[in-house]
Amino acid sequence: MSYEPKIVGFLCNWCSYAGADLAGVSRFQYPPNLRVIRVMCSGRVHPAHILEAFRNGADGVLVAGCHPPNDCHYISGNLKAKRRVAMLKKLMIQMGMDERRLRLEWVSAAEGEKFARVVTEFTNQLKEMGPASMKAMAVAEDD
Amino acid sequence: MSEEPRIGVFVCHCGINIGGYVDVPDVVEYATGLPDVVYAEPNLYMCSSDGLQKIQEAIKKYELNRVVVASCTPRTHEPLFQSACEEAGLNKYVFEMANIRDQCSWVHMHEPEKATQKAKSLVRMAVAKARLLVPEEEPEIDIRPTGLVIGGGVSGLTSALSLADQGFKVHLVEKEDRLGGTLLKLDTLFSSNVKASEVINPLIKRVKASTDVTVHLDSRVADVKGFIGSFDVGIETRGEPEMLSVGTIIVATGADYLSPEGLYGYGQVDNVVTQMELEQLFKEGGRLDGVKTLVMIQCAGSRNEERPYCSRVCCTEAIKNAIKLVKENPKRDVYILYRDLQTYGIEFSMMEYDAKKSGVKLVMYDKERLPEVTGGKRGPMVRVYSPLLDEELTIETDMVVLSAPIIPNEDNEALSKHLKVPLNSDRFFMEAHVKLRPLDFATDGIYVCGTAHSPKEVAESVSQARGAASRAGIPMAKGRLKTAAITSVVDEAKCSGCGTCIELCVYNAITKNERGLAQVTSAVCKGCGVCGASCPERAITMRHFTNEELEAQGLAALKEA
Repeated sequence: MSYEPKIVGFLCNWCSYAGADLAGVSRFQYPPNLRVIRVMCSGRVHPAHILEAFRNGADGVLVAGCHPPNDCHYISGNLKAKRRVAMLKKLMIQMGMDERRLRLEWVSAAEGEKFARVVTEFTNQLKEMGPASMKAMAVAEDD
Repeated sequence: MSEEPRIGVFVCHCGINIGGYVDVPDVVEYATGLPDVVYAEPNLYMCSSDGLQKIQEAIKKYELNRVVVASCTPRTHEPLFQSACEEAGLNKYVFEMANIRDQCSWVHMHEPEKATQKAKSLVRMAVAKARLLVPEEEPEIDIRPTGLVIGGGVSGLTSALSLADQGFKVHLVEKEDRLGGTLLKLDTLFSSNVKASEVINPLIKRVKASTDVTVHLDSRVADVKGFIGSFDVGIETRGEPEMLSVGTIIVATGADYLSPEGLYGYGQVDNVVTQMELEQLFKEGGRLDGVKTLVMIQCAGSRNEERPYCSRVCCTEAIKNAIKLVKENPKRDVYILYRDLQTYGIEFSMMEYDAKKSGVKLVMYDKERLPEVTGGKRGPMVRVYSPLLDEELTIETDMVVLSAPIIPNEDNEALSKHLKVPLNSDRFFMEAHVKLRPLDFATDGIYVCGTAHSPKEVAESVSQARGAASRAGIPMAKGRLKTAAITSVVDEAKCSGCGTCIELCVYNAITKNERGLAQVTSAVCKGCGVCGASCPERAITMRHFTNEELEAQGLAALKEA
């Protein structure tokens, strides 16, 4: 059996979760590797939630929110997510992780097609990259 | 909740929408084995009255204190299931959904086995969250029965009068020194050709006469504090500050017209004017008598990269004015140069037929090869390439009229910051949802109408103004309101008082208490969770989206229970 990456996705309620719903309503097919956690805003996602997902065996984490600068339901939560993800990517590099495993995307409620494309691309990319090394780190930590 | 969780899981077939791709009985059986799940059942349509009744019966029979429905999206169906839970005596915050249709069966239609596996793990994630859910109280707040209307044009006047007619006090804030707005500058309105003054003057008169409406001219909103029910709005009237205490706010600030400097000879060639200036010439009378040939150019400065949107009114306005010009003098040659003539709806498309019958000449032009206007001997000279004729026409005119776009007010930026409401990419005010909540902002208690929201004609502005006033009237008539319990909570034992959350909260919902620790005003908090995600001590969490709940979902996504 081919390697199937596990992806955790934090989707904001107003844009990206709605975009994912639209992908469904439109029957756009994408790989079944993503597990969605609904949050009210992409700005709600604490770096610890993302690191925790990697520690628990995620091969990729997707954070998706409303398009900057103006679509955010909460004015600027998306911009905070953007800065946080940028910081976290630097941290991931320092930890010896491939920062491409963390992906930030803007998906509006009207972009069902984009959502399906993002999930497909991300899944394929992670398949090429192979399992995340963080899993090995987590095991080492437990020892 | 100190009691042990007793979770019921209800898995929906949604006809064949889920059941056709996901093995529902298998998911039900799987759910039965999850921790704290005491009962699970399938249903053909969980949202049917039969399905809801089954949930309520199971709540009683199995003493359920948490409910998970695995079906469609919470964005449409959560309120329905929550109220079913409430009717059965449960708090609505002990309910959770797993979206196994929109985000599973519909998007993995060719992989039923994998779809079933994913549905199981989505149910596992929902159960993991449900185990941690606790009942929440929705805070109740008082609503002051006074509305603020910002803008004294046709939309603002209409909504102010509507609020007054509903029995509320109204403050009307207008930045100019007189009421009336854009309609003061127009001669007639399509499609009935009624005089603009006959529409706007009675509204102004009624507002001035109303004892319930307080008009503030020459005034601007300088500061807004508070939340639905109790906004404290600082205004400045000719430099004098004043504080208004209101319960709701309607944004009716209107829009502006582009002054098309440099376009098609405007400001350079004599007798190149805008439609607004033509309206003024109509009002003054006389100056158009010598005009034998007139060319109107549509989309003058709009539907381009800088302003991609359509201003909606200019085509019909041009048609209206063109008909008027040829009817005044049938010997007049009137041309409308257009890209796409958008006279939408029955009445307006009838006007287009009228114009053609009256002899108005409609000439399509090419976006890639725009018309040119230069100074001629007699008046402006227009050269236009018609893709339909594949020919360039040269028209000697007495006057060129540019249909310049409606543009957002310059003050929109500042007002959107004061009110904490968004603008769209064209810098007009953006409603909460284009279809489901077209009159509200996402921020409770603030509503929008008229051209502040988007270019629209007078009848549309009036409808929207009345709608906004109705929306604003609902909480004010009730007097009290329950607000969502999804707000942030500070664990004072962990808070170090660093103030990061205070800096980041765009709603000013967090302040420092007397001990220097973060303190949330729940009624102001919108529940975005930015504070929770930024707290270095992880001292802040969100009700109903707690750190523990999100991490339990994440763990359940990755590992079998």
